[in-house]
Amino acid sequence: MRPEISRSRTWTVAAVSGAAVLLTAACGSSSPTANTASAPGVTATTVTIGSTQPLTGPAAPGYSEIAPAANAYFKYVNAHGGVNGRKITYTYLDDQYNPTSTATQTRKLVLQDQIFAMFQALGTPTHLSVVSYLNSEHVPDLFVASGCNCWNSTSQYPNTFGWQPNYTIEGKILGQYIVQNFASKKVGFFLQGPNDEFGADGLMGVMDSLQGKGLNVDSTPAYYTPTAAGAMAVGAAIAGLQAQGVQVIVSFSVPLFTAIAEASAAGLNYHPQFVVSNVGSDPPTLSAILTGGALGHKLPAGLIAGTISDTYLPLLTDASNPWVSLFQGIKATYAPSLPWDGNVEYGMAEAYTFVQALKAAGQNPTRASIVAAVQSSHWNDGPGLTPYAYSSSDHNGFTGVQMVTVDATGNLTTLGPVQTTDDTSGGAIVTYSGAASTPPTGGIPSD
Amino acid sequence: MRLFVIYTVDGITNGMVYAAVALALVMIWRATRIINYAQGAMAMFTTYVALVVIRHGAPYWLGFVIALATGMVLGALTERLLVRPVEARPPLNAVILSLGVLILLEAVAPMLFGGQTQSFPVPVSNIDLVLGTTQLDISPFDIFTIGAVLVAMLLLFVIFQRTTLGLRMRAAAFNPEISRILGIRVGRMLTLGWGLAALLGALAGMLAAPAVYLYPSNMDEVLVFGFTGAIIGGLESPVGAVTGAVGVGLALSYVSGYLGADLAPLGGFVILIVVLMIRPQGLFSFGRQRQV
Amino acid sequence: MFRRSTLARHGLFFLGLAILLLLLTSFVFDPYTNYNVSEVAIYAISAAGLTVLTGINGQVSLGHGALMMIGAYTTSVLLTWHADLPLILMLVASIATTGVAGAIVGIAGARLRGPYLAGATLALAVALPQVPSHFASVFGGNQGLSISPPLPPAFLGANFAPEEWLAWIALAAALITFFVLANLVRSATGRRFRMVRDNEVAARLSGIDVARTQVLAFVVSAACAGLAGSLFAYWVSGTSPGGFTLNLSLSLLTAIVIGGLGSLSGAVLGSFILVYLPVWTGGLTSSVNLSSNVANNVPLAIYGVVLIVAILVFPRGVAGGVASIVRGATRTLRSSRATGALPAAPEAPSQ
Repeated sequence: MRPEISRSRTWTVAAVSGAAVLLTAACGSSSPTANTASAPGVTATTVTIGSTQPLTGPAAPGYSEIAPAANAYFKYVNAHGGVNGRKITYTYLDDQYNPTSTATQTRKLVLQDQIFAMFQALGTPTHLSVVSYLNSEHVPDLFVASGCNCWNSTSQYPNTFGWQPNYTIEGKILGQYIVQNFASKKVGFFLQGPNDEFGADGLMGVMDSLQGKGLNVDSTPAYYTPTAAGAMAVGAAIAGLQAQGVQVIVSFSVPLFTAIAEASAAGLNYHPQFVVSNVGSDPPTLSAILTGGALGHKLPAGLIAGTISDTYLPLLTDASNPWVSLFQGIKATYAPSLPWDGNVEYGMAEAYTFVQALKAAGQNPTRASIVAAVQSSHWNDGPGLTPYAYSSSDHNGFTGVQMVTVDATGNLTTLGPVQTTDDTSGGAIVTYSGAASTPPTGGIPSD
Repeated sequence: MRLFVIYTVDGITNGMVYAAVALALVMIWRATRIINYAQGAMAMFTTYVALVVIRHGAPYWLGFVIALATGMVLGALTERLLVRPVEARPPLNAVILSLGVLILLEAVAPMLFGGQTQSFPVPVSNIDLVLGTTQLDISPFDIFTIGAVLVAMLLLFVIFQRTTLGLRMRAAAFNPEISRILGIRVGRMLTLGWGLAALLGALAGMLAAPAVYLYPSNMDEVLVFGFTGAIIGGLESPVGAVTGAVGVGLALSYVSGYLGADLAPLGGFVILIVVLMIRPQGLFSFGRQRQV
Repeated sequence: MFRRSTLARHGLFFLGLAILLLLLTSFVFDPYTNYNVSEVAIYAISAAGLTVLTGINGQVSLGHGALMMIGAYTTSVLLTWHADLPLILMLVASIATTGVAGAIVGIAGARLRGPYLAGATLALAVALPQVPSHFASVFGGNQGLSISPPLPPAFLGANFAPEEWLAWIALAAALITFFVLANLVRSATGRRFRMVRDNEVAARLSGIDVARTQVLAFVVSAACAGLAGSLFAYWVSGTSPGGFTLNLSLSLLTAIVIGGLGSLSGAVLGSFILVYLPVWTGGLTSSVNLSSNVANNVPLAIYGVVLIVAILVFPRGVAGGVASIVRGATRTLRSSRATGALPAAPEAPSQ
């Protein structure tokens, strides 16, 4: 008989329930907010980023190591709790340095794999074919693995950010070094192109430093096409420079073509001074291409020794540098089959920058929040020799390099101070005197 | 002037490589009336095999011999297993079959050997010779290339014209029915013909690789230029094939040097079309086409 | 009257197909699927032209990738010069330039037969992709030219997916192309194509101008390749030489062999496989964790095997071969059932 239920029992139930609700509410407000799926490619436990890379083809020698190296750093971070409890999943697809493949692979990443952001997309001609698409789809395009000036265009490509010193900045500093050390020699160019932003931006930078200084400059560059078929034509291009009496060859070329150029020159008994962009000068990569190659089993002494280039990351052989020991340690555990060379250092350093950005994007990152995080960054602890330049009006990363040369043992040694400049014509080159950065303890960026 | 000398030497050297391919194509055509579009891809494959052997520490010459031997086996197997069934069928079938082999080899090679563009060693120096203070613009390897193809041609001439085996092979190609009646194992002669042709192709691959570098499609252009040379020569005449190929090599070298390297293959195409339009049966061929 | 009029029959069929595709792309397919559907349509247009040329007219062309390139660059160069040019005009321009190129190649190749023609078109396929690198100021060099994808018209709404709009365009172009080709194949011109393929001497004796027929076949197939190339440029949002390698020409040939030489529906099947095989094997290889060297080349290896097997076992194309196996099996089944109850039934006519 229903009316027999005691009132006191009902009240007890009510009181207990009410207390339970109050208790839960109190606990709820004091615990941190949970991870949510706050953006495409972001779940409560993962963040998925994507990239297009030349894993095979003519740009693969050297560059194919970059994404696996970055992935090794991400595995290290994931093993230590990830970023805000999320593991980073890095999907990189092979585009063979072919802009048409880049376009199709990028759409696959955006439409099918639903990446949160594009990271480390490699190549100037390749990425130019997709940068408009990524920006119109509002996909963050972070730290493009290319030094084209074009990535620093806040109005046209608001979601795109560079990372390495762009080719014009690099060119200006290389040019200044030539003026200071090779003023009496005839200068010529070996560039990717024609009509390739990589070669064109580098040429612009070097010429900016050379003009008006009275140097003898061969104004017609020798070009190469970065395809497998283009490799055959390099010998004739170098012979052309030899016929013009060029004594200093400034080269903006990817590693395979730098190697072929140097080997062709040797084959012609032609010994110019090579001044090579940092993207194509990594000595271990060049040696690997040339050893056992077209000049016989052994690298002829002096083939790459004496090559002048530049760097914006700590020297590979500087064991006392904390970044070098951090990355080497991570590589030994998470990617032992990779060599220790400039490409691997590049990949890991860029991955470090991404983790900085992801942390700064907040507990539940969105595409807008990570872009805002990079623009407002004031990080001083990046792996480069100079700080980043990111701001809401500047999407450049590092802005300076240090001149280096390849010594007789095949290692890079420095030739002067770290210098910074901008990519404007006539913009001054200044020596950077800030302190070298060090990684945080544990090697993972702090908040 | 110096550039002209460089282009001429390059043209002859490259032309000899194309000549090896052209000879291979002519041999197969004369035996089985088929153009082996996979000849270049087979050469690429055997060169990769040589690279693996050399990178494991073996001397260049061992790799060289293994490449040639692998080529011979590859050619013989292709004829016996794949080509034999289509020899009697309309020509379209053989075209598609050899293209299938081309595609398959160019897909399997990167699976086995990696897809990166790689450099390839030379047996003798690739550095131009210097006589006193004069640059000679020819390197020991250039001399080796020209010499190796000439030796191969001479050996083939001796085999075909001076041995019984060669006589049997020529008979089997010329008239299979009568040859069978005379007791010649026609099938075996065809297999041998394909094997020797592929050996020539493998030689071309080894000679080309240091210059064109090694990657899955590196022999595509070499095949096209060798084919152009063979067509110019008329597909019936080995002498014509070699002459045509060296001519193609020179023409392409001049186009590449004076007009631009990217235009060289287009120059080759124009040459091919012009020759075919003037004399569709080739410059050295004396057979007549059926006309109505 | 309905049976008699090929045109009306085809017209109704394609209309129905158009409605079906419209519904699928609008309501069933997600943007990535629409993106792939566009690719299938583009290859189908090119493959249809190639199957008419090779299957029905008997001329082997290994250069259709190069012809597509001409169409793609026509559109891209015009749009780089003037970004506002209408899409229809670009398609027509590409058809025109590639048709002219096809006429030139056709005239040059009219006297060539079999392997000679194949070799000449092979030379074209290898040579043409390097030309843009030379005239880089016009063609953009290896970096290529970028163009904007076609924007959906305003009345469809601001959120209409560009992939769906492109799929509509590509499918409409494909349907129109197939409608035209289907009627051409059944017409007197189509008969002439076949007669020249089957017996050139007899065709010439019966008054057919063989050279003109050959050139016309080339122009028709080149026009298809040009249309496909123009759409390809829109689909990629640009054109660079790397998109038109020899592999493209060989893949198109594989597609029409799979589908059956001379079969228009086979061209669609072959194109579908061409696009989706890498998608399926891509999923497979990532689960088995193969290296990218292997993974990227699995589709190509399969094409090579298919071509070899198709020629050895199914001379009339894999689709035709499978169909005849099925037919043979059902016939055996039927005749065995018949012989069980009655005296042996007469042998069915052999295929």
